[in-house]
Amino acid sequence: MTWEEMSPLLWEATGQTALMVLWSTLFTVLLGLPLGVALVVTDRGGLLPSRLLNRVLGLIVNVGRSLPFIVLMIAVIPLTRLIVGTTIGTFAAVVPLTLGAAPFFARLVETALREVGRDTVQAAQAMGAGRWTIIGRVLLPEARSGLVAGLTVTVVALISYSAMAGVIGGGGLGDLAIRYGYQRFETTLMIVTVVVLIVIVQLVQTLGDVIARRLARH
Amino acid sequence: MIDVSGLRKVYQDRGRRVEALKGVDLHVREGEIFGVLGQSGAGKSTLLRCVNLLERPTSGTVSVAGQELTALGEAELRRARQRIGMIHQHFALLSSRTVAGNVAFPLEVMGVGRAERSARVAELLELVGLADKAGAYPAQLSGGQKQRVGIARALAGRPSVLLSDEATSALDPGTTQSILALLKSLNRELGLTILLITHEMHVVKGICDSVAVMRDGLIEESGGITELIARPGSRLAAELFPLPAPEAGAVTITFTGRADEPVVSEVVRKFDVDVSILGGALEEVAGVSAGRLRVRITGDERDAALGYLAARDLLVEVAP
Ligand SMILES: Nc1ncnc2c1ncn2[C@@H]1O[C@H](COP(=O)(O)OP(=O)(O)O)[C@@H](O)[C@H]1O
Ligand SMILES: [Mg+2]
Repeated sequence: MTWEEMSPLLWEATGQTALMVLWSTLFTVLLGLPLGVALVVTDRGGLLPSRLLNRVLGLIVNVGRSLPFIVLMIAVIPLTRLIVGTTIGTFAAVVPLTLGAAPFFARLVETALREVGRDTVQAAQAMGAGRWTIIGRVLLPEARSGLVAGLTVTVVALISYSAMAGVIGGGGLGDLAIRYGYQRFETTLMIVTVVVLIVIVQLVQTLGDVIARRLARH
Repeated sequence: MIDVSGLRKVYQDRGRRVEALKGVDLHVREGEIFGVLGQSGAGKSTLLRCVNLLERPTSGTVSVAGQELTALGEAELRRARQRIGMIHQHFALLSSRTVAGNVAFPLEVMGVGRAERSARVAELLELVGLADKAGAYPAQLSGGQKQRVGIARALAGRPSVLLSDEATSALDPGTTQSILALLKSLNRELGLTILLITHEMHVVKGICDSVAVMRDGLIEESGGITELIARPGSRLAAELFPLPAPEAGAVTITFTGRADEPVVSEVVRKFDVDVSILGGALEEVAGVSAGRLRVRITGDERDAALGYLAARDLLVEVAP
């Protein structure tokens, strides 16, 4: 395969990966952030302790995290049809990607929020701040460095999950590597694809680290 | 100003039951600095957190500035807390906000508008001597500066009462002195009532008008400092003037505010006794000097000498 032949394939696949990862990152944050906050505030001694809710959320998150992604992708096909209208294609992959990553991100959010000292929360309570103020103006801003670090890890995980999206016709770099590199013995293309993936992951991780470190400086 | 009565707090911690407060009464007068002194684990922090109801007492009532906090609903309680300042041992500042941002936080909670907020923040930073640090982050400050930010923040809502949980325990001696001096001047100039808890005698000695000695969830004694020192068997005096256990018959004389009177020489001149000094300590407390002298008095007129001392309005205790 010549470079001229590979280039459009690579561009298309990179675009598909980017699309899948960007949309699923957005929905992962929208789902996982509130879930992570809920895990913390409903816990014993939290801002809104509820043993039942905490147990139920914890269970959901653990189930979500223990399902292998490939199984999850097939299992949520009915839901995907309901939301996206189709069960194959790049957008269809966003649903299982989000459901796979959100519980994972929720745990990372939980860990980041727990780093905020009890002292700090109590000080805000002593000033008469209500729950929502404490969540929005104390917990989240104080944990922002940890949240960015958690998001970075999640995006990298999403890039790797998205490689499996070929199974449901999602396309992307992983799919390209499998279809051409593995099935058609186009070793060069496979190597190039893997290099592109490595570069993307490196870029994401480095950017995440820089932002997290800058936020942690204060 | 602060009235606490019959306060009990029981923690249930995984089946373990800890009775942190076993029935505490506390009366802090308007405009005074009241210290609660006790060792670690005595229940001081629990008591302080019960005063602004960060901790719900198991039973008992708490009133601050005439308002019974234990009877308030959640929204009213939050409003009441805006008028009670609190400072913390480890400062509890928001690391993601600048100094100005930290001081602005309680004002945001109160719904103060932006313009008024920044004017008030500037005023408060001026008050604590940090006007030049408005844009710095807590991580860039020394411990003393952090506590000054904590104090400015606590004063934002113009509170009538300031609660202090070991505010100087994480600071070095010099910085401790400057923070204590700041608290004292806020007390004098703003008429701020301060309730502070500490395990350090020098804090009590330095700025408190009244003190309660706490142990094992109970208040052992409380009152004005000089009055307490002059009370027989006072634990405060025993801690303030650490003397070894007295030998049998040893006489311990405690005096407040009259350290310069020549009592010993008078006794020797007036009575046929010998006085030998076994130990003694002198301290500056609540602005007066107070001291304790341990002596051995021997001779025929020992009883008369003791009677003379007691009549001089000194606390005279004879070891059995
Ligand atoms: N949240 C809590 N849960 C269980 N026990 C507690 C809690 N807070 C304090 N205690 C216990 O209550 C007692 C008094 O603690 P505290 O008020 O912190 O004392 P101090 O401030 O005088 O050191 C200690 O035995 C402590 O272990
Ligand atoms: Mg304590």
